Amino acid sequence: MLRKTFWGTAAFASLVLAAPSLAQTIGFSQIGSESGWRAAETTLTHQQAEERGIDLKFADAQQKQENQIKALRSFIAQGVDAILLAPVVATGWESVLEEAKEAEIPVVLLDRTVDAPEDLYLTAVTSDLVHEGNVAGQWLVDAVAGEPCNVVELQGTTGSSPAIDRKAGFEEAIAGHDNVKIIRSQTGDFTRTKGKEVMESFLKAEDGGRNICALYAHNDDMAVGAIQAIKEAGLKPGDDILVVSIDAVPDIFKAMAEGEANATVELTPNMAGPAFDALAAYMTNGTTPPKWIQTESKLYTQEDDPMAVYEQKKGLGY
Amino acid sequence: MSRTREFLRRILPQLVTLAAVLGLIAAVYPGFFEVSMANGRLYGSLIDILNRGAPVALLAIGMTLVIATRGIDLSVGAIMAICGAVAAAAITSGLGLAAALGLALAAGLACGLWNGLLVVLFGIQPIVATLILMVAGRGIAQLVTEGAILTFTHEGLIFLGSGAVFGVPTPVLIWFAAGALALLVVRRTALGMLIEAVGINRRAGALAGVGAGALIVAVYMVSGLCAGMAGVIAAADIRGADANNAGLWLELDAILAVVIGGTSLLGGRFSIAASLIGAMIIQSVNTGILLSGFPPEFNLIIKAAIIIVILVLQSPRLRAGPRLRRPGGRVRGASAAEKKERVTS
Amino acid sequence: MEDREPLLRAQGVTKAFPGALALDGVDFTLRRGEVHALLGENGAGKSTLVKCLTGAYRRDGGDILLDGRPIDPRDTQAAQELGIGTVYQEVNLLENLTVAENLLLGRQPRRMGLVSPGATRAAAREMLAGYGLDIDVGRTLGSYPVAIRQVVAIARAVSLSGKVLILDEPTASLDAREVEMLFGVIEGLRARGLGIVFISHFLDQVFRICDRVTVLRNGRLVGARDTRGLDRVGLVNMMLGRELSEETRAHGRTDGPQGAPALTFRGFGRAGRIAPVDLEIRRGEVVGVAGLLGSGRTELAETIFGVTPHDSGAAEAGGSRLSLASPRAAVAAGFGFCPEDRKTDALVGDLTIRENIVLALQARRGWARPVPRREQAALAEEYIARLDIRTTDAEKPAGQLSGGNQQKVILARWLATNPRFLILDEPTRGIDVGAHAEIIRLIEELCAAGMSLLVISSELDELVSYSHRVMVLRDRAQVAALEGAGITVESIVSAIAAPEPEGAPA
Repeated sequence: MLRKTFWGTAAFASLVLAAPSLAQTIGFSQIGSESGWRAAETTLTHQQAEERGIDLKFADAQQKQENQIKALRSFIAQGVDAILLAPVVATGWESVLEEAKEAEIPVVLLDRTVDAPEDLYLTAVTSDLVHEGNVAGQWLVDAVAGEPCNVVELQGTTGSSPAIDRKAGFEEAIAGHDNVKIIRSQTGDFTRTKGKEVMESFLKAEDGGRNICALYAHNDDMAVGAIQAIKEAGLKPGDDILVVSIDAVPDIFKAMAEGEANATVELTPNMAGPAFDALAAYMTNGTTPPKWIQTESKLYTQEDDPMAVYEQKKGLGY
Repeated sequence: MSRTREFLRRILPQLVTLAAVLGLIAAVYPGFFEVSMANGRLYGSLIDILNRGAPVALLAIGMTLVIATRGIDLSVGAIMAICGAVAAAAITSGLGLAAALGLALAAGLACGLWNGLLVVLFGIQPIVATLILMVAGRGIAQLVTEGAILTFTHEGLIFLGSGAVFGVPTPVLIWFAAGALALLVVRRTALGMLIEAVGINRRAGALAGVGAGALIVAVYMVSGLCAGMAGVIAAADIRGADANNAGLWLELDAILAVVIGGTSLLGGRFSIAASLIGAMIIQSVNTGILLSGFPPEFNLIIKAAIIIVILVLQSPRLRAGPRLRRPGGRVRGASAAEKKERVTS
Repeated sequence: MEDREPLLRAQGVTKAFPGALALDGVDFTLRRGEVHALLGENGAGKSTLVKCLTGAYRRDGGDILLDGRPIDPRDTQAAQELGIGTVYQEVNLLENLTVAENLLLGRQPRRMGLVSPGATRAAAREMLAGYGLDIDVGRTLGSYPVAIRQVVAIARAVSLSGKVLILDEPTASLDAREVEMLFGVIEGLRARGLGIVFISHFLDQVFRICDRVTVLRNGRLVGARDTRGLDRVGLVNMMLGRELSEETRAHGRTDGPQGAPALTFRGFGRAGRIAPVDLEIRRGEVVGVAGLLGSGRTELAETIFGVTPHDSGAAEAGGSRLSLASPRAAVAAGFGFCPEDRKTDALVGDLTIRENIVLALQARRGWARPVPRREQAALAEEYIARLDIRTTDAEKPAGQLSGGNQQKVILARWLATNPRFLILDEPTRGIDVGAHAEIIRLIEELCAAGMSLLVISSELDELVSYSHRVMVLRDRAQVAALEGAGITVESIVSAIAAPEPEGAPA
């Protein structure tokens, strides 16, 4: 947070003082810092820009669309070469995107899409939430290898699109494998506390956990909470109960290193890398990228040297 | 002798409600009352209720006192986040357990002092004064954790959230002790009566020589301290301080616990014991819903329905019976202005 | 004029509240084209009468005739439609709307179904033209001073009602120039034939603007007089003077204690509330305080007790200076204070009688040293017996007691602290006759036991009967000090009535 504030200030100072430079200048309008993942995305965007020698102008919108629109207008006025936008909401972007288009500044959407005509932006770099659920489900199907397995599911916040899509993807993967069955599914609000509390109730309701073969959590935080509940109930997470979740935040790698979690599917915070690559191709060769660049939903298991991944991810601001 | 009877009569409606809620859950989920020893600790849904209800129970202690003075404290959830963050930051930076706890609780007291001063010195309405910290508090907590979930491995601190003494989870012991201590201090000293006097009629209390201002500041500080303890427990429970989610919306559960406990939001007569039972009623509903296996889309509807039923059954009008209701069609019925006159004349 | 049917006539109006008869067969007559003052102390029944006239209350008995026809307004709106409009001291208008919108709220001129601001402003300017007020009606009401808001409120009330205009303390927060402006407006309306009821406790203003006065006291009509031919003493006599039926001591007590004063106040006052006063009280002495409503009686008591701490002078007891910066400090100095408004300032209604009685004692001891429950019960029993508080038991909420018994509970609260100095503000107001006599007897007992008392009362007979000395206040300053045989109802009345040497105040 401190770090980000510093960047915000630095970015602002550079907005005021910026002298025209030879390097590419790209504006980045970030939603805010509501989660560790978002913080990591910001960190990685800065890193990726630095690696490529790009002058990144960063604006933190603090969860407000009007701040983002203001930031975009300011980027346009300064004549940046391109704009990255992580939109806080889906609607209301047409006019400012048209302004960018008139100024011939390509806009790349990060992490989320908008409800606007496709010709108003160059491309959108996002992950596929359904696919993530699917990868998790596929791992479980493979792991149990035909043995009967009762799954308990910790859903994300009821009604949110990650909760809906990750559930759908998982169910899609286990469809047709009658040995794998979801026996309980409850929301854990994406938090550790609720994840732990709900897992405690699952354990009570399912014969002290003896009836549970695996846990599928819609994010790692809930899984981390649930792992503690499993341990406190006297069972071995990762062994008595398999644990698979999504996001790949550092703490789940620690749990994997300790054998308490089995697998996680990465929602990569590196949305900027593919975006910069697409922009570079577009600007140098005029290659138009597809309208949707899907980031990789990489599966990590205990075999992937989780401690090394942990060390590598730890500094990203998760 | 009569004081014990008085006390029991006061908390009877809450006890009956709690029993009814527990009975309802047992009907849906038969193994509900089973308690066993496992892994060196008591194990069962009832223990879960006592354990999971700890944060709201602790908040309810402070909230009861604040509401008794005709105030309200919306910031307790945010204070939990701040204090959890402070404890985690202190312990990860290498300080000892005592120092980390001391800092966290001091942060809670400071937050309460801030609220109290806004209310007393500047005369800001409590709901607005505490709203400031409710909004800003999570930002402060994020500054402390630098935006991430700040995890720790200090066994002593973790013990406060997920340890057990003689099989009883530590959070249960903590809220029991805090509740008993508050009950004792409030009723064995004159504090309870003075708080009630100030809550019912602050001006009259002040004119009788009660230091109303200091009392109100103190009450907000107690609320901050309780929120601090709740915050430490919540962080210790998940071995990390989650600035975004720790204590989120718990201020509303705490207020609800006080209301279910029969303390009027208009201040005055209060019962900490009844509020604590209220907190357990809320947690029982939460745990019951989780055990029931209904799809999560129904959680909030079921909870709201149960709570409406509880509040309606406990409403003063229903308890007083129908005789309080005025017969309609009195020829010269009292207008609102007349009722007001009666109060002021 | 006399032979015509008056504009408004109220006959035998009665209104009872639980435990109190607020109006007892009151007659009131208002003629066309007159300004009629309605006078009386707090609790005399002025505002109850006005509320019965304007429909805010439904009367329990009696008739109200407007233009000779009986009326029975169900609410203020109905009264307004009949022609009776009211303007209160705290103007009931919307400060965030413009003057024009306030004047025409609810009946703005419309164009194609939409409110037309231009037409609204024009209509508003026309309405205000008759009041000699040339202001920008497009500005918000809140941006104008209170006097202008008053006139706007009057203009609105007159345009809505047009027959009777009731002004409730319209001058309370105006300066002299603004009062003159308002009086100009009132005279204009009088000339147009409106009947105006003027409620005020500024006697100078009553003599200046009113044609007739009606005086109420304890819910009963004392009389109605033409202002011309009435002198100030006569008027104050009507408001405060002797009630004929009562038999009381003719002058104050002459058996006052001698010796050094127990308490000395020098130049003690607070700017804007009470001008500095000098006061000495001996042990066993009762000092009475007399004055009309608004004369600074309660302000004096509250300043002494630290409710609004003094900003000039000092208080001493036995040669050492007392800190009276807050009620807490005053209690620590051994003071007690029974305020005039028991319900809002003294009684903690939901606490029990026992708790109300021990409250001040407990507050003085501090929270950490509770009065043991047994001792509390003993104290409560003692005072319930000694003051004859009528209750089934000490654990009943004090708010359920009658007015007189509530007053006794508050007295008990202070007596339990064993104070050296007790301030009683209107101790007998609003309580029944029996309790009344008991409280007077108690005052005499306490004084005989050596306590010093400062008693504020508008019951002059009472004041004469128990006071050794009397301070007379007017316009928030002491204007006379009477002693022993010099204390009579007549001397108090003339001290209150004597006009200011420099001329009438605002």
